[in-house]
Amino acid sequence: MKTTTLIKPGVSRRSALKAVGALGGTAIAASALPTWYLQAQSSEPIKIGFQVHRTGIGAAYGRWYERTSIAAVEKINSEGGIMGRPVDLVAEDDGTDPKRGAEVVEKLTVQHGCDVVFGTLFSHVVIGSSPRAGELKVPYFVVSEGHHVASGILNRYTLQPCITDVKSQVEAMAPFVSANLGKKVTMIYPDFAFGHDHRDYFSAAMEKNGGQILEKIAIPPTETSFSKYFPKIPRDTEVLYHVMVGPAVLTFVKELGEFFGGRGPTLFGFIDSLEAVDMTSPGLEFLDGSYFWEGMPRYSQGDVLPFDQAYRESVGCDANGASLTDSRDVSTYAHMFGCWETLFLLREAMSMADYTSDQASRVRLIETVESMSDIPASIEHPQGLKIFNGKTHQVFGKQYITKVEDGRLNLAHATSIQDTFYPDEVDYTEQSF
Amino acid sequence: MEFGPYLIIALFEGALTSAVIALTAVGLSVVFGLMRVVNVAHGEFFMLGAVFTWFISWNLGLNPAAGFIVSLLLVPIAVGSLATLADRIILKKLNYDPERTIVATIGLLYLIQQSTLMTYGPDARPVEPPFNHRISLPWVEMGETGFQIYWPWGFGITTYKLAVIFAAIVLLWILLRLLTRTKFGLLIRATQQDREMALAFGIPVSRIYAIVFGIGGGLAALGAILIVPIRQAHYLMGGEPLLLSFIVVIVGGLGSIPGTIFAAILIGMSDGLISVFFSPTLAKIVATLLVVFVLIFRPNGLFGKNQQ
Repeated sequence: MKTTTLIKPGVSRRSALKAVGALGGTAIAASALPTWYLQAQSSEPIKIGFQVHRTGIGAAYGRWYERTSIAAVEKINSEGGIMGRPVDLVAEDDGTDPKRGAEVVEKLTVQHGCDVVFGTLFSHVVIGSSPRAGELKVPYFVVSEGHHVASGILNRYTLQPCITDVKSQVEAMAPFVSANLGKKVTMIYPDFAFGHDHRDYFSAAMEKNGGQILEKIAIPPTETSFSKYFPKIPRDTEVLYHVMVGPAVLTFVKELGEFFGGRGPTLFGFIDSLEAVDMTSPGLEFLDGSYFWEGMPRYSQGDVLPFDQAYRESVGCDANGASLTDSRDVSTYAHMFGCWETLFLLREAMSMADYTSDQASRVRLIETVESMSDIPASIEHPQGLKIFNGKTHQVFGKQYITKVEDGRLNLAHATSIQDTFYPDEVDYTEQSF
Repeated sequence: MEFGPYLIIALFEGALTSAVIALTAVGLSVVFGLMRVVNVAHGEFFMLGAVFTWFISWNLGLNPAAGFIVSLLLVPIAVGSLATLADRIILKKLNYDPERTIVATIGLLYLIQQSTLMTYGPDARPVEPPFNHRISLPWVEMGETGFQIYWPWGFGITTYKLAVIFAAIVLLWILLRLLTRTKFGLLIRATQQDREMALAFGIPVSRIYAIVFGIGGGLAALGAILIVPIRQAHYLMGGEPLLLSFIVVIVGGLGSIPGTIFAAILIGMSDGLISVFFSPTLAKIVATLLVVFVLIFRPNGLFGKNQQ
């Protein structure tokens, strides 16, 4: 049988050495290039990879995260970009799927050559993607709320500098619930990482405040009918704590209303149960008088948040938190400020770190963010003052409790930042790059 | 909550599930019985029914009841026509070969699902029910101080959900009458029994196939029209009804309509009862186990006839 060599060894050792020498020569020549050329090099856009939930169970959030991010990038570019370099937002859909999330981080970093990756919300996607970001050594700025960053299970490349985590949120909510609404609580939450954070930290915080958790009801985030879960709510429940995500949140709240007919226990919900849902939807009348946690109040609260109005206009929302062009298109107002704030924080941190898009400056960028502490309220940070903890890579900030009155969420209580503190669980700065 | 009200809610939720699965699964069953085509895209016809219903309610600006009636009239025909078209340009070309049609309908599934995603978008959108009142039932039980009335604690049903159960029963009855009491039903049954002989008698078999595939799609759409005011229209909503329909059709016996209806009630009720008393996940596990046991001990399903 005749054999053919498919690949002929065409490179001898001598020719290889010659080639290496030539390359070295080019490098020396490049270092002698005139400065205008180097200037042109550093005017290349800064590419911010945007891992967005365009499809899957996070789609409603993804739509508004994208609008908010585009608005922020437009503002940054109109103000001269970052150190004179324009910002290029490269968006990739991850289908709200952890496996695809990791692939998206890789695609953004390797194929698109992004400087940083940012914008992930759903906790299971963050947990699935963060290890890949660590392997690729690309800074990964998440806008996720989950406690996974501060819990220490992720890595030095993952930071959450502009949205607070569930643990601090619920620890600030528990005293209010216990003092004003009732002591005997039943919890309903989605059955994945984010919901488990609620389950674990709220029940602990409630017990610390003299309350008691009667029942914990976990619901898969892809569930479409909910009535069958409600009989598990014990009859002596005083407060029903609900947090739900996914495409069926409206069904969830409606069936809750049908079940109790508006006369059951006091309802305390995380706005996640109603993000992107119109409060005036038929079937939601029973919510009147119930309370919600909000990261940032959806309905304009007058002068309580001084920079809210300008931010609201920039991202295209009216006073009810709906799109300016379609009042039926309600935003995810309580969460999406995190994207806006993260992009402006990146601008500041990149300028401070004298960011130049090489690996050393990526490391400098992370170290710069880690060195940040107070983030004052401004148009760049409209949700309010925040304090960043460089060791745990997690930010802390005010929380808002709103009450439903005539189909509108009115501010009932704002916590202090101190209410949201808890002891550090990790020191990421001890990890090497 | 105590046993009594628990049980009634469980039965009620079970009946609702049964009603919708029965309508959807019967479509799958009729198609398989006649054409021997396992239509994997059946759930997508269900989803299209929901999306079209939303489209009508959103764009026509009618009041919910009028919009619902328009949907009931137009949507099954629209979805049925699409299904007929799919039969003409895909299944017929494959000569209804069982293996190749499975692959083709998988392709159709993705085609419909992704086209919906590209046009309708990834959001879940609500449709307002034509009427919806909550009926709060009191529950009386023996307490420490004699009889106590618990009202209104979490023991409610809505008129719309009751109407869905009723409507499904009526629609299934009409379908059974159509198959057993009309000339068209006779033609279908004749074709099902012996395709060659039916051809020899001058029955337009090809046209019957197209119409039946259309009816199958239309029935899935009907199930969706009824359920969409309770749930919401979403491009991925076809997955669950497809799975449940397959479970029901396998348990009941492929191609047997009474078997399908019986299995829908069995699976729906056990889903309601197990969900309420134990957990919804366990309900899915039990349903899947049932399929396994039926396949082991009665491979043709509970009502299936032995096939050569």
